[in-house]
Amino acid sequence: MARQEKESRGLVPGLLSGMATTARTAFRPTHTRQYPDVAPDLPPRSRGVIALLADNCTSCMLCARECPDWCIYIDSHKETIPPASEGGRPRQQNVLDRFAIDFSLCMYCGICIEVCPFDALFWSPEFEYAETDIRDLLHEKERLGEWMATVPPPAAFEPGALEEVVVDEPATEEDATQPPEATR
Amino acid sequence: MTVTEVVLRCLIVLVGFLVLPLLIGQTEHKLMAHMQGRLGPMYAGGFHGWAQLVADGVKFVQKEDVVPSAADKPVFRFAPALALASYLMALAVVPLGPVTWGANVPGSLVWVLAVGGIGTLGTLMAGWSSGNKYSLLGGLRAAAQLISYELPLILSCASFAMAAGSLSLVAIGHAWTPWWLIWQLPGALVFLVAATAELQRPPFDMPVADSELVFGPYTEYTGLRFAFFLLAEYAGIVVMSLLLAVLWLGGWTGPFDHQIGVLWTLLKGFGIALVILWMRMSWPRLREDQLQRIAWLWLVPLALLQIAITAAGVVLMSR
Amino acid sequence: MVGVGAGGLASADMVLNIGPQHPATHGVLRLRITLDGERIRRAEPIVGYMHRGAEKLFEVRDYRQIMVLANRHDWLSAFSNEIGVALTVERMLGMDVPERATWTRTLLAELNRVLNHLMFLGSYPLELGAITPIFYSFREREELQAVMEEISGGRMHYMFSRVGGLRDDLPAGWLGRVAASIAAVRRRLPDLESLLVGNEILRARTRGVGVLSPELIEAYGVSGPIARASGVDVDLRRDRPYLAYAELFAPGGPGRVVVRSAGDCLARLEVLLEQVHVSLDLAQACLDRLAALPAGPVNVKLPKVLKVPEGWDYVATENPLGFNGYYLVSRGDKTPWRLKLRSASFNNVAVLGELLPGTLIADMVAILGSMFFVVGDIDK
Repeated sequence: MARQEKESRGLVPGLLSGMATTARTAFRPTHTRQYPDVAPDLPPRSRGVIALLADNCTSCMLCARECPDWCIYIDSHKETIPPASEGGRPRQQNVLDRFAIDFSLCMYCGICIEVCPFDALFWSPEFEYAETDIRDLLHEKERLGEWMATVPPPAAFEPGALEEVVVDEPATEEDATQPPEATR
Repeated sequence: MTVTEVVLRCLIVLVGFLVLPLLIGQTEHKLMAHMQGRLGPMYAGGFHGWAQLVADGVKFVQKEDVVPSAADKPVFRFAPALALASYLMALAVVPLGPVTWGANVPGSLVWVLAVGGIGTLGTLMAGWSSGNKYSLLGGLRAAAQLISYELPLILSCASFAMAAGSLSLVAIGHAWTPWWLIWQLPGALVFLVAATAELQRPPFDMPVADSELVFGPYTEYTGLRFAFFLLAEYAGIVVMSLLLAVLWLGGWTGPFDHQIGVLWTLLKGFGIALVILWMRMSWPRLREDQLQRIAWLWLVPLALLQIAITAAGVVLMSR
Repeated sequence: MVGVGAGGLASADMVLNIGPQHPATHGVLRLRITLDGERIRRAEPIVGYMHRGAEKLFEVRDYRQIMVLANRHDWLSAFSNEIGVALTVERMLGMDVPERATWTRTLLAELNRVLNHLMFLGSYPLELGAITPIFYSFREREELQAVMEEISGGRMHYMFSRVGGLRDDLPAGWLGRVAASIAAVRRRLPDLESLLVGNEILRARTRGVGVLSPELIEAYGVSGPIARASGVDVDLRRDRPYLAYAELFAPGGPGRVVVRSAGDCLARLEVLLEQVHVSLDLAQACLDRLAALPAGPVNVKLPKVLKVPEGWDYVATENPLGFNGYYLVSRGDKTPWRLKLRSASFNNVAVLGELLPGTLIADMVAILGSMFFVVGDIDK
């Protein structure tokens, strides 16, 4: 980098070269994106908002427990499903009453989505949900469900990627059946 | 001069005083944006944000007028008016054409330099009266700056006056010949640098220096009073640019100058204003002592040299 | 205000608080300076306005959750911070990281370094009064942030490292887009440089200002580009290689350590500017290498509950701003017993108390800006 150590020649060449650059830039196309009028291009992995596919949720509470700042609220109750066939045993199933994420606390780390064993949570690049009241950033089950429509398909991998992608183990039965009260 | 004419001239000066600085301000917005690869204001008024400064003005009017309890209140309130008024008085005597002027006084050049200097006093008063340490430092920097640029400014103007043999701006405009472009070039450069320093424009904006002194003397100002300081800054650019256009670029002289002479003055002044704006976009800020150094080691000797050249030229040409 | 010698005007010292809210302090650093006129008599950096208790929070988080917090102390070097945690844990576990992950990590770390340096190459001239460079540098930042966002989903807090590798593999076509971004940044960097390199005003403001001696650097533990600008030739990428740096900094490799000897603000700026070029070279080398690597995973399968065996370890990495070290003490739990963070900015700012006395306020801003700090990295 000899050019940086070089002493300047002439009267004020450095100042003039600065002026030349700004003048040149003035006649080039700008790089402004007129945001509210022109939507930004966001990649599929962009972490904008978390969407919930409530049908897949088993209220296992893994996401709520793994969340670093505990911004996920889950309420559920157990229902007994009558046996499907004559003589079968009635089964118990978790029913999701409430699933809420407080986006005023969320750090957008994505751990909840990563740990979800049943693919109930997804990232959506959608980001336009600013509110004037902080309490409105608490998105309940319905609002989280609405984001599902904006979830893009996952991006394909580079050729060098290994075909079998390492996935987390599914949650054990023990985790899935733990009552919600015991986790907090 | 009839009363109607006086009223008309006053009105024109006032309208010019209110419109031209906004034009410069808007130009700065857009020019700066494009030099930085941006678009700048695009919404206010519809077409490329032409009404941005009008919108700014409306915003400033709505803001609360805060006077700090530690401030020297009368001085604090009066300072913006002083800064603004000085350039209004200066603009009144700057001729746009041989007959287009607010007032034609025999010593109009001296008048412009005299009242133009008062504007800095407004900055000084603001800095002193705000009751804020940053403002105080900014005010003192403004005072230090005043000492360094006033002398070269006056010396370079003296050279133009000598060349024309008159202190009247109208007479200087009439005496101008294209030969001045080279003959008076060093003086013009000195004028440009000193005027930028007087206007506290980058690279000589040490008194306001937002990254050092927050906003210097204007830190405590809000609303309309703050807007007055901003308006004064741009009015200052208008006055100084037009002045240099008349002194060095021949003002209204140009093709068809009988019909569109005024336009020539405005165009030349606008060109000089663009250079003043351009410097802001391209350069960092100097330090106060470096300005003093430039002023005393470069500008004053250069201005004196220019006076000598002018004197020699005048003597040679009068033969 | 100005003393005019013995028997002249009496002048009283003025105490001026620069910050915690001040345009030059990048947030909430506070400097209490005692002034005689504009001349600084004493300067005392007061830190702690952004203390968030990160180290204490680490103690009640598992190692994946720690990444979330760890990438936030120096928000301009988020990826490098994550890497530090991951490397520390991996070394204590004795875990081997797939080669593909290592090269991707190195690539992202170097892109992160460019992003960080570009930030300061824009903000430093801004403090000296030049308003345009920051827009040029942010244009380049945007270029690189787009590819960072594409792979990680985040623009600042990437949260892309995991113990044992990375969260995801590379998206299809990403390597090509990174190459295009690097080329675009290289092509447009001369614009930024023309406003800085050789600018007479910038030189006047920075040359010979705030000269930091190697002795002070040693005494205060200053590191990174600031130390190298004073001729202290230390770079952990070369001296204690981690990730793929051993190969990159090997003789004949693209890696080289940028060193200046002047130790003034100008030297610090020059080091930063040249490091951008070096890091772009390194990133390009990583790209070439990644394209040639055989197919493979980017992470290892972790146990459901990751516990680090009892013991301690200290891993330091060369973050964009200097040494960033994690001292991890584990008692065999899934959370650390103690995770001490050694961040670069804390030491780099501590030296200000020695550097500022005798300078002017305008120089203070020039020096402060050239110490390249992030307030979150000071207070943690």
